[in-house]
Amino acid sequence: MKYNIVVLAKQVPDTRNVGKDAMTAEGTVNRAALPAIFNPDDLLALEQALRLKEQNPGSTVGVLTMGPPRAGEIIRQGLYRGADTGWLLTDRLFAGADTLATSYALATAIKKIGKVDIVIGGRQAIDGDTAQVGPQVAQKLGLNQVTYAEEILGIEDGVATIRRHIDGGVETVTAPLPILITVNGSAEPCRPANARLVMKYKRAACPLELDSTPSRDTYYDYLYEKKPWLKLNQWSVADIDGDPSQCGLAGSPTKVKAVQNIVFQAKESKTLTGSDADVNGLIKELLNERIIG
Amino acid sequence: MANYYTDHPEIGYYLGSDLMRRIVELKEHFYEDKDSYDEAPVDFGDAVANYEKVLEIAGDIAANVIAVNSEAVDLEGPHLVDGRMHYASKTVENLAAMRKAGLSGVTMARRYGGLNMPNIVFSMLSELVSAADASFQNIWSLQSCADTLYEFADEDQRQRFIPRVCKGETMSMDLTEPDAGSDLQRVMLKATYDEAEGCWRLNGVKRFITNGDSDIHLVLARSEEGTTDGRGLSMFIYDKRNGGVNVRHIENKLGIHGSPTCELVYKDAKAELCGSTRLGLIKYVMALMNGARLGIGAQSVGLSQEAFNEALSYAKERAQFGKKIINFPAVYDLLATMKAKLDAGRSLLYRTASLVDIYKGIEDLQRTGKELTPEERAEMKKYSRLADAFTPICKGMNSEYANQNAYDAIGVHGGSGFIMEYKCQRLYRDARIFSIYEGTTQLQVVAAIRYITNGTYLSIMKDMLEAPVSETMEPLKARIAALVRTYEETLEAQKADRDEDKMDFVARRLYDMTGVILMSLLIVADASKAPELFEKSANVYVRLAEAEVARNKAFVATVTPADLDNYRQAAE
Repeated sequence: MKYNIVVLAKQVPDTRNVGKDAMTAEGTVNRAALPAIFNPDDLLALEQALRLKEQNPGSTVGVLTMGPPRAGEIIRQGLYRGADTGWLLTDRLFAGADTLATSYALATAIKKIGKVDIVIGGRQAIDGDTAQVGPQVAQKLGLNQVTYAEEILGIEDGVATIRRHIDGGVETVTAPLPILITVNGSAEPCRPANARLVMKYKRAACPLELDSTPSRDTYYDYLYEKKPWLKLNQWSVADIDGDPSQCGLAGSPTKVKAVQNIVFQAKESKTLTGSDADVNGLIKELLNERIIG
Repeated sequence: MANYYTDHPEIGYYLGSDLMRRIVELKEHFYEDKDSYDEAPVDFGDAVANYEKVLEIAGDIAANVIAVNSEAVDLEGPHLVDGRMHYASKTVENLAAMRKAGLSGVTMARRYGGLNMPNIVFSMLSELVSAADASFQNIWSLQSCADTLYEFADEDQRQRFIPRVCKGETMSMDLTEPDAGSDLQRVMLKATYDEAEGCWRLNGVKRFITNGDSDIHLVLARSEEGTTDGRGLSMFIYDKRNGGVNVRHIENKLGIHGSPTCELVYKDAKAELCGSTRLGLIKYVMALMNGARLGIGAQSVGLSQEAFNEALSYAKERAQFGKKIINFPAVYDLLATMKAKLDAGRSLLYRTASLVDIYKGIEDLQRTGKELTPEERAEMKKYSRLADAFTPICKGMNSEYANQNAYDAIGVHGGSGFIMEYKCQRLYRDARIFSIYEGTTQLQVVAAIRYITNGTYLSIMKDMLEAPVSETMEPLKARIAALVRTYEETLEAQKADRDEDKMDFVARRLYDMTGVILMSLLIVADASKAPELFEKSANVYVRLAEAEVARNKAFVATVTPADLDNYRQAAE
């Protein structure tokens, strides 16, 4: 069988390699100081998608990402590893999106892409750590969803068998297509970029990406006409027939009030039992100290 | 994230060398593939951009896969199970990463599935892989045996075997036997023509075969019954799929544990002839060896870099007597000397690879049907001769430098360097074979001596002295000019004695002088163009060269024919 597979991927600041100037004086993330990378869990999702493509000849893998023009790099990284195509959702109207607005944009774009059998993304992004976007997209599209997947074991007669990571072990589940899968950090690492594909796609870019770097060398621009695969798809809110009021900041009920550094101090410890009284006590304590709320 | 390529801008600098434009247009046959292959470069700049991208991929895999696996590979090593060799489990992981990255058949033409990259880029890739794990470089770089298939096998054989190498199948060159090491003329593995089956059959034993259980073997065997010298030897292709060759033993070695060194037993193994009979040793192995020697040059430079990195980071962290040890002259002298040898050796490596690329590039134009102009013929001849002259210096000097750097890296670590937990001990063990296999340093001297005595190197040096250098480098160039004069005088004095025995005896000293002067000239030229990368090393290296030239001059100056008896231990 041939499957149309869409990988959800996000460009994120590399919060794993945090240097001295990673935070601004105001306590927000200093994005300029952190390299932008392919969200690690999404890379694992890409690997699962590429394996499905190999096991099911004729299948296609497309990378869908939302971000500023420079997030075109995410699509290139996908193409370098074997993806067939990609779409960059980029528009000022998409900016400032929380998980609700993000999942709206992604779900709307997937409808625009057309018949999709499998949507697959990482469990969560290392900048927000919410793990909400995947499930929200599934909900909006009315897809079955399997979260925390470690490996897609196979698809037969329209039913996917998936091993997922659970507390203290793994479980194997089946679910009919179409399906949305989120991949856990314990999945197999992604393959490296392929030399031949890197040579083929190294100049691939979306138009806005080119426009936003006026200082670049334009010597090879004639190749964009000659080699159509170098032009990446770039979609605005209008291109996906989206409702601007549900996109970006306008569509985001989440408002960040303040960001502050929390320093955990494990100076003393106490032992709690699993009794209702102890659990309730702990919840109250955490609420009172505003650790959760 | 660490990347062995982008972390060391000294490597990529050589993609900007003066010979590069010619190398690329030859390799690309003047960009003839640009419309037929999506990934083919459209022009020189595009090709170099491709090389950089591919080197970045390799630098990433080297740092984040191969280097991470290197300790486990060293500890586990390959296994022998029922006549088959199984790689260390992490070696299998390394091979898979390189195969998925498409880094196979790097120099092969696109029509066979290759990346069509020149030797200089292949050497850079080799350097990166070796820095991460020298033993893995052995296995991975044996893909260069495909050059021999491409140059000497027939078209049908090329089409059957080269695409398999480009997809990641491994190769080996089965040359040495228990009684035929450095002296390959003694090879006895027997090749007989099987009239009934219409194929050749191989019988006998090969020993010390690197990656000996590979998918596709090139085998040197005696096809001419009754002969005893090199002219009775031919080259064969053995395909593992046909069976007939078993691994009897895997050597337990001092270093490069991940690289399986096999003893092979051939029992009526079906094989096919590569090229013509009788040319196996005298033509094909010689070509194969030159490529292999360049490969060891790259392996050596990679390890030199890693040894330097290990020493440098330790010296920056380790404090004694109240300060970091890198601040003590005795330590920074060691480190600067390591870096100078590394930089000068690398310059020699990429110059040698470039020379090879130009003559092979023109040779390939001819092979693919172009009628060469007289200018092209002259160019091919010139570069072929230069490559032949540079190769033994590159292999010998770099393999010795790798050993010296590995030794000094342990020295910088002090007592900790002697503890097995530190990487420098592995580098030390791994490096030792570099100056032995693919021709010992002593054999590199033999290969170089005729170019020493016939003045080839001297005229190369004089040519290089003609080239302008930056103002800052002028004083260094003047000092090198003085070294060249000393070299010439020393050489003339030795030649005047007309004593072959004595010349052979002092050859190593003359070879060392040749090497350090050539590398001084190269590193000063580099420092003229990229002072930010090489100026310090140029200064350090020229002083080192002066000391070496003086030392060797002093040694040979007093040697008399009668003196040789003081050195002869054997009472033959």
